[in-house]
Amino acid sequence: MRIGLFATCLGDTLFPDAVRSTAILLTRLGHEVVFPPGQTCCGQMHINTGYQREPVPLVRDFAEQFGDTSIEAVVMPSGSCAGSVRHQHATVADRYGDSALRAGVATVAAKTYELSELLVDVLGVTGVGAYFPHRVTYHPTCHSLRMLRVGDRPLRLLRAVDSIDLVELPGADSCCGFGGTFALKNAETSTAMLHDKLDSIATTGAEVCTAGDSSCLMHIGGGLSRIRSGTRTLHLARILAATRTTPDVLTEAAA
Amino acid sequence: MSTFLGMPARPPRSPYGTGNLRGDEAFPRAAHHELGNGQLRRNLGRATTTIRAKRLDVTGELPDWEALRDAGSAIKTDAMNRLPELLEQLEHKVTEHGGTVHWARDSAEANEIVARLVKATGSSEVIKVKSMATQEIGLNEHLESVGITPYETDLAELIVQLAHDRPSHILVPAIHRNRDEIRQIFLDRIPGVDPELDNVPAHLAAAARAYLRQKFMTTKVAVSGANFGIAETGTLSVVESEGNGRMCLTLPDTLITVMGIEKVLPRYQDLEVFLQLLPRSSTGERMNPYTSLWTGVTPGDGPQGFHLVLLDNGRTAALADAIGRAALNCIRCSACLNVCPVYERTGGHAYGSTYPGPIGAVLTPQLAGMHAAADDPNSSLPYASSLCGACFDACPVKIDIPSLLVELRHQHTEQTGTTPEKLAMKAAATVMKRPALYRGAQKAAGLGRAVAGRDGTISRLPPPFSGWSDSRDTAAPPRQTFRAWFASDEGRAALRAAADEHDRGRTREEPDRSQDESDRSRAEDHRNHGEDGTA
Repeated sequence: MRIGLFATCLGDTLFPDAVRSTAILLTRLGHEVVFPPGQTCCGQMHINTGYQREPVPLVRDFAEQFGDTSIEAVVMPSGSCAGSVRHQHATVADRYGDSALRAGVATVAAKTYELSELLVDVLGVTGVGAYFPHRVTYHPTCHSLRMLRVGDRPLRLLRAVDSIDLVELPGADSCCGFGGTFALKNAETSTAMLHDKLDSIATTGAEVCTAGDSSCLMHIGGGLSRIRSGTRTLHLARILAATRTTPDVLTEAAA
Repeated sequence: MSTFLGMPARPPRSPYGTGNLRGDEAFPRAAHHELGNGQLRRNLGRATTTIRAKRLDVTGELPDWEALRDAGSAIKTDAMNRLPELLEQLEHKVTEHGGTVHWARDSAEANEIVARLVKATGSSEVIKVKSMATQEIGLNEHLESVGITPYETDLAELIVQLAHDRPSHILVPAIHRNRDEIRQIFLDRIPGVDPELDNVPAHLAAAARAYLRQKFMTTKVAVSGANFGIAETGTLSVVESEGNGRMCLTLPDTLITVMGIEKVLPRYQDLEVFLQLLPRSSTGERMNPYTSLWTGVTPGDGPQGFHLVLLDNGRTAALADAIGRAALNCIRCSACLNVCPVYERTGGHAYGSTYPGPIGAVLTPQLAGMHAAADDPNSSLPYASSLCGACFDACPVKIDIPSLLVELRHQHTEQTGTTPEKLAMKAAATVMKRPALYRGAQKAAGLGRAVAGRDGTISRLPPPFSGWSDSRDTAAPPRQTFRAWFASDEGRAALRAAADEHDRGRTREEPDRSQDESDRSRAEDHRNHGEDGTA
């Protein structure tokens, strides 16, 4: 399958390992990964902060970059960006776009998937040949959980990983407190939520906390680092891309 | 012949300065005080966790819970779409059954009407049923200012009133208080209370009961709100847990009910849906202990004078807007408060309004406006959410609160002039739509490595990012962006190796298709399930 990879602005700039792992994983599963070079950002930060005029060019760019009919599916290692493309781009196009934009947005939204959805629903795999001999706990990010309804797809992928020790996270479906600009505008409330999440992670004794969103992991990982916790964060794609023969795709320090 | 003057361009919001739809401080500042109160955090955490679990139990046992939510949503949407017609029908039916209907544009008018009606009875005190509408308009404060003493009879409202405090939860107004605090409030404020009173809940309840019974027997006027008003029959309804409400609704000579105009339901039969949705969502009970229904006046039985005050106070303004209209579907069950991670940490006072929590953050700016230019605390409410969406899942009438919050944020930024944030957002969009500029910005971000410590993390950032770095380290940006890697020889080689690995796997053994097929069909089941949900 010819799959368009959207790196997301955060993934491209700050967490390239997660995107790299996504590209390697899909290629190893026999698919062609294309990276439209004009891509930048889905505009989610703008929309969620209350700006809908400003991201119109971003929404248009996204539809153009991935509109090519030879791209059969669009994937991104981020539940919240996939949620934005699928649910919010239409709102922006309805309000400030023309009929061409509305049509373009609808076409691209229909073939857009978060990584676990693409693997399980479109490519029909749960066992991806990964090997990861570590104790891992999974945090379901809010937008994956409630906007996309990914359900247990990430957990099914993780359970199929060779030698993994997967432990349940207590209160997993509670928000970690990131919320994009919420973490800046309501920093103290965000921190209170973060600390409860860190306490939950600590009870699992996990070496790694994983999730499908680099943004939430940036927040959780930043908190874990600050309290000098031994637990590190790793995007789901990086665990799924690790194999016995190539464990060292994790070249750079953990995010 | 009358002259038609037309509708005002924009229906009036609740007036600035009256009632309780606005706090003194913006949410982050108010939350700061509450977050520092460890006792409050523990009280709230314990209470919301308990109610959450109870709610999940009793909603999970109904096989048609989702259908009930759909029905509730449909009935409310229908009611909002023909509100004028239904309200006139309600007025007609109430009048036909011996009641008197009054229309109040805003809190000031409603307060004056109620005070006038009480004075006409010659009474200088009223007993009150727990009511959000009268809390919203600040009725108690107004009555006191004209020499009428209101007595709250709901146990939690009584605690709040005696403590000169404000409610902090729609359903459990004293959720922020524990029993030691309540014991002290009773000792200090209930005249003649047993000085040996301990903190056993039954003893506390008994002390309140002794005090309230005396009020029930001697007070001639009661004021209530209404959970529902039925247009078809003119029937009003209050649901409650303690029976104190029913005492107020049946014992006095005069009953005055203040009802927000959005509480109207078309048909008597609609109660079938809401009397299942409301208690299960709010208290986690299958049925609330007391459901009182009354229709006008019944000679020789119950209050012989009945007045219904229909309150607008910004509701028409909300109705005129697609966003606000959706928020008016709220039945005040408080399920969204109990699942909200923000509410759980800050409590209700941080929202500054009678309506706290996620629905309050939507409803309050709709009713009272945001007046962004005047530094209105209400303009901070749409941002008091991480948009986690738990409220949407919990709402018995399926109000899409996260989307409404995002829309209100949009309204807010459209109402404000140029701000540093707006300029930054414009600049970010400009950079991001030009790949060349974008690559430049990525390079600049990479320079963040220079300020990182030896451990590769950045522990302090300048404003407006300092709130972030107060509690979180930031990893130093990587040397290479993904797009640079993808275009590099290294990237091409890595992907070629991955493709080769796939080809080798193919020649070595055929993949097990049967496993893949069964995964695919299970995936379809999940997808269908997801689409049937509230996504």
